[in-house]
Amino acid sequence: MKKSVFLGALTVAGIIAGGASAATLDEVKARGKLNCGVTTGVPGFAEPDASGVWQGFDVAVCRAVAAAVLGDGNAVEFVPTTGKTRFTALASGEIDLLARNTTWTFSRDVDLKFEFIGVNYYDGQGFMVPKELGVASAKDLDGATVCIQTGTTTELNLADFFRANSISYEPVPIETGAEAVQQYIAGACDVYTTDASALAAQRANFEDPSAHVLLPEIISKEPLGPLVRHGDNEWADISRWTLNALIAAEELGVTSVNLEELSAGTENPEINRLLGTEGELGSMLGLDAGWAKAALGVAGNYGEIFEQNIGAATPIGLARGLNAQWTDGGLIYSPPFR
Amino acid sequence: MTTLADPHKESFRLSMLLNDTRYRSLTFQFIALVAIIATMAFIGGNLVRNLAEAGLNISYDFLGAQAGYDINQRPISYDSQDTHGRAAMVGLLNTLIVAFLGCITATIIGVVAGVLRLSPNWLVRKIMAFYVEIFRNVPVLIWILIIFSIMINAAPAPNAFRGDEPTASMWLFDSIAVTNRGVYLPKPVWGAGSLLVVGVFIASIIGIFLFRRYARKQLFDHGKLIPTFWPSVALFFIPVILAQLVLGTPVSLEYPALKGFNFRGGITILGSLIALWFALSIYTGAFIAENVRAGILAVSKGQTEAAGALGLRPGRIMNLVVLPQALRVIIPPLISQYLNITKNSSLAIAVGYMDLTGTLGGITLLQTGRAIESVLLLMLFYLIISLSISFFMNIYNNTMKLQER
Amino acid sequence: MSDTHAQTVAFVRETEIPQSPPPALEAGAVKWVRENLFSGIFNTVLTLLALYVVVRFAIFVFPWFYNGVWEASSRKECLDILREAGKGTGACFAVLVDRWDHLVFGFKYPQDGYWRILLAFLLLIVAAGPALFSSLPRRMLLFTAFYPFLAFWLVWGGSLWLPLTILGLIIATMLVFRLISSQIPVNIRQIVSGVIGVICGAGLAYLLFIGAQELVFIANSVGTEGMIAPIAYGVFWIMAIFAFVFCVPMGIFVGYAIYNSYEDGGLVSIVASLLFGYLAFVYLLSPIWMALNSIIPIELQAVASRDMGGFMLNMLLGTICVSLSIPLGILLALGRQSPMPLIKGVCVVFIEFIRGVPLITLLFVANVMLAYFLPPESNFDLILRVIIMITLFSSAYIAEVIRGGLAALPKGQYEAADSLGLDYGQATRLIILPQALKISIPGIVNVAVGLFKDTTLVSIISMFDLVGMIRGPIQNSTEWTSVYWEVYGFGAMLFFVVCYSISQYSQWLERQLNTSHH
Repeated sequence: MKKSVFLGALTVAGIIAGGASAATLDEVKARGKLNCGVTTGVPGFAEPDASGVWQGFDVAVCRAVAAAVLGDGNAVEFVPTTGKTRFTALASGEIDLLARNTTWTFSRDVDLKFEFIGVNYYDGQGFMVPKELGVASAKDLDGATVCIQTGTTTELNLADFFRANSISYEPVPIETGAEAVQQYIAGACDVYTTDASALAAQRANFEDPSAHVLLPEIISKEPLGPLVRHGDNEWADISRWTLNALIAAEELGVTSVNLEELSAGTENPEINRLLGTEGELGSMLGLDAGWAKAALGVAGNYGEIFEQNIGAATPIGLARGLNAQWTDGGLIYSPPFR
Repeated sequence: MTTLADPHKESFRLSMLLNDTRYRSLTFQFIALVAIIATMAFIGGNLVRNLAEAGLNISYDFLGAQAGYDINQRPISYDSQDTHGRAAMVGLLNTLIVAFLGCITATIIGVVAGVLRLSPNWLVRKIMAFYVEIFRNVPVLIWILIIFSIMINAAPAPNAFRGDEPTASMWLFDSIAVTNRGVYLPKPVWGAGSLLVVGVFIASIIGIFLFRRYARKQLFDHGKLIPTFWPSVALFFIPVILAQLVLGTPVSLEYPALKGFNFRGGITILGSLIALWFALSIYTGAFIAENVRAGILAVSKGQTEAAGALGLRPGRIMNLVVLPQALRVIIPPLISQYLNITKNSSLAIAVGYMDLTGTLGGITLLQTGRAIESVLLLMLFYLIISLSISFFMNIYNNTMKLQER
Repeated sequence: MSDTHAQTVAFVRETEIPQSPPPALEAGAVKWVRENLFSGIFNTVLTLLALYVVVRFAIFVFPWFYNGVWEASSRKECLDILREAGKGTGACFAVLVDRWDHLVFGFKYPQDGYWRILLAFLLLIVAAGPALFSSLPRRMLLFTAFYPFLAFWLVWGGSLWLPLTILGLIIATMLVFRLISSQIPVNIRQIVSGVIGVICGAGLAYLLFIGAQELVFIANSVGTEGMIAPIAYGVFWIMAIFAFVFCVPMGIFVGYAIYNSYEDGGLVSIVASLLFGYLAFVYLLSPIWMALNSIIPIELQAVASRDMGGFMLNMLLGTICVSLSIPLGILLALGRQSPMPLIKGVCVVFIEFIRGVPLITLLFVANVMLAYFLPPESNFDLILRVIIMITLFSSAYIAEVIRGGLAALPKGQYEAADSLGLDYGQATRLIILPQALKISIPGIVNVAVGLFKDTTLVSIISMFDLVGMIRGPIQNSTEWTSVYWEVYGFGAMLFFVVCYSISQYSQWLERQLNTSHH
């Protein structure tokens, strides 16, 4: 008994002596690794390949941030999270950055106290149905059984959509994408709904992808982006501008091919500022001058990352659409580097 | 030599708190109290600090906020405009439903398998041993996933019932549809005068009860064995059917029919419920079978032999002599198996059955971000369910014990 | 009589006829079949029914198994191979070949380190031997005591000096205990007791004072708004006042108690060795092992706990949590039997609470709540938090098993111990526990099997154990989407092999115990 009192008390003393928490940047540097929260597996966005190396569009953001901060795109500890665990993992400091196709919403930003650092993929909730059902519009789905992946904003959008159109449906909540696909393929649900990008990604894996169609309705706005904790603005800046650097690099024509060449100095002052040959942007962030170069060195610019992981040439086969640069009519837009 | 003299009255000294057994337990408890308070201070302080740092607070107001999501099995009326609190209630009822159904079927499966494990038939014995071992030694989560997969892939989709040459058909004169979304059963429709039919039905049940009592009294008083089984069956069916015919079928059945995407009408038992229910009962049934076997083996062999010497047939020996005595041994482990079913029903989220863990500990937690509050409430609900089950089962257990003496 | 007999009987055999074989229906396989399978109408029906089920099952499963494809790089390729061979159904076991490492070791454990895991589990069997089989020599328990340090090093890697230094410090702490309790003369012990008493008393008073302030802080943070808050506010204030009032008397009392124990040396040696151990771990551990490591580096590649996965993670969680929960369970069981109402109450509430909630809610606690209960600076990763919660969970169940063992001991054992003049500690350690634990082993093994199976639940909180690996990376991967039976069947088989062998051991043990008692 005495033992426990004593040890407990000693621990209390230890805690109180603890003091305020260190800045995330210092923690990451001290640790030498970035802890980055990702999904437990969504093809194209984040999944471990056969040799256990994480690959994907969200993963690339983690690697870019790690490269910017630590100079090494492999200095990342990937922490798989579910819909349920992701926010606590971030809030409790278990991860430094959450890049898990998370929708930027008011309540997550304000009420849950997170800081979205930008949008890396503009998505929307869509529907997939077997072609043989002959459904042309989501409004024809009265009475259908709908498979939803839980833990996202999807359930709420779905309820709102069917309610607004006053049609009924049977929700079938499912934990993982793989199980939703299993039910959908077996005909246990007529419709599968989730973010349109994930629908496309999963359809690509079907035995006969052409037997399934995506309905034209996109019933929600799903700006997916990485997020960090509220309150550490320096860290948020680093993450935000690393993402912006990827985007700006595409706009400025900086690719993994010409990166070395351009970083020797160019005529374009913005490229020079981005790549650290001009100005002090790196030191303003508390990083090296070559931070953006390091970030771009991992997998290239935003466009290259997109094409490598989810672009038209991959099994996922997503078109740029909304995610094209603003100069090409999309929404991807980086504030200027100056 | 004063060894036998009374110990002289010592005045109280501090060391007596340590060395005197009269006070020592008090000292220990006092120290334990201090330790508990220190732990509370430690945990509470951390909680308050951490919450303050994250800018959060503890509040149960979210229970009154609009839930915004739909639930597919609603024992009470609910839609997405209702509150999170009501969603939690729906989840609680769903937990109770699957736990209740699971307990009943697990008991039946367990008793049958336990008795058959002792069957003289070698093949049956071995099959039952195989069943028990394979289910006991593999995690229930894997069984739930496997059985759910089997159900999804083996049962036909509603699509298969469609078209001119459907690949699947309904059972029992087109009244029951088994699909991989669930089982659709006919639903009784209560027309005018159905109260009378129900009255007749209740009366016939009471009649059966009285008849059986009469038969038993005859047996005990006069040694006359009156057959009870067939008259009971007749009493059960004939008056109700007569009433139905006479009153012009006030109670009709609404059959499920394929309309649009799904079967409509009738009673729906969701696929996720069936999978979870079946998985839980067959898994727990294996454990109960072992308990039943142990209980039967605990009844001394002389009882069976004595009953055999009295000329009872094997079935009767089991029902009248062995099982009642075995029950005494079986019930205590049975209580903990019932508790296990209730607790394992929280694995419903693996198959998308919206129980308490799926609503309060699932979507509500995710949508509101109120992790601490939701998890605490979740544990409180389960604790209440478990404590009430063990409370009532212990009462039952005690009555069984009294009868035995 | 004999005459008439002689007349009526034409032939009387005078030698015995040789024994003829029993009728064909009453011997060998036929008899066995008749008796065991077709002994009555009911039995015959049952047999035919059972045969039908078995045959149907075999017809269904056998071709699937037999046609299985073992070499392919994706499910589509599997299906192509089957189609080319003209086989209708067939398993795609290629997924097991392709993802074998992931399923068994998780995808982050270094491949050239797999032998470490295998060695650790082989040694586990050796280490668990003396505890499980009483026929093995007692001296092997020495290895069992050493095993955790070795296993820690093998599984987690890093420097061998870290576990060795920990072991060394533990031994040093035990030596300090011995030194103070029995080696030094009483008058020196009196001085030591005085010094330690003053240090501990003052320290405790100070800590309680801080704790009291902490409680006031909590009470003020809770505030008085709402319905429950005022009650909590009051409770925290009462506790705070309690702590304020008693911090100095408590310090004096504990200090005095330590000093007072100088004659028999019980308390002072415990406290002194604990103090020594604490200081040694805080200030000596890292310098010593780092220094040793820089002189003679013996290192394995370090592996972070979150890199554990697959079936290995289930095994790790199972063994670690069960072994940690046995001591805790013993304490809880003893506490529940204690005549002191407060201690008994705490133990009962803890045990009944843990047994009343599902493990999954406790895992949610580990996942989403525990971080809030621990100091902001503490860096407990998920696996450690999960180990804490599963250990608490299983300790409650083990406590109930051991309580059963304690209750099963004849009362005479307790009375005999008392009559020998043994105090509570001695009686428990020397008389009660050895016997109670022996009877409890089968129960403990059953709890361990159940717990081992329950470790699959960690997949629900995004850990990649065997089931999590299947439901996460494998089924979501482009190559192996829609693969179910092969992977789940494999998972079920792995668990079956382990759990079945353990439960067979448990049954064997029960038989052993039975014979030794009757």
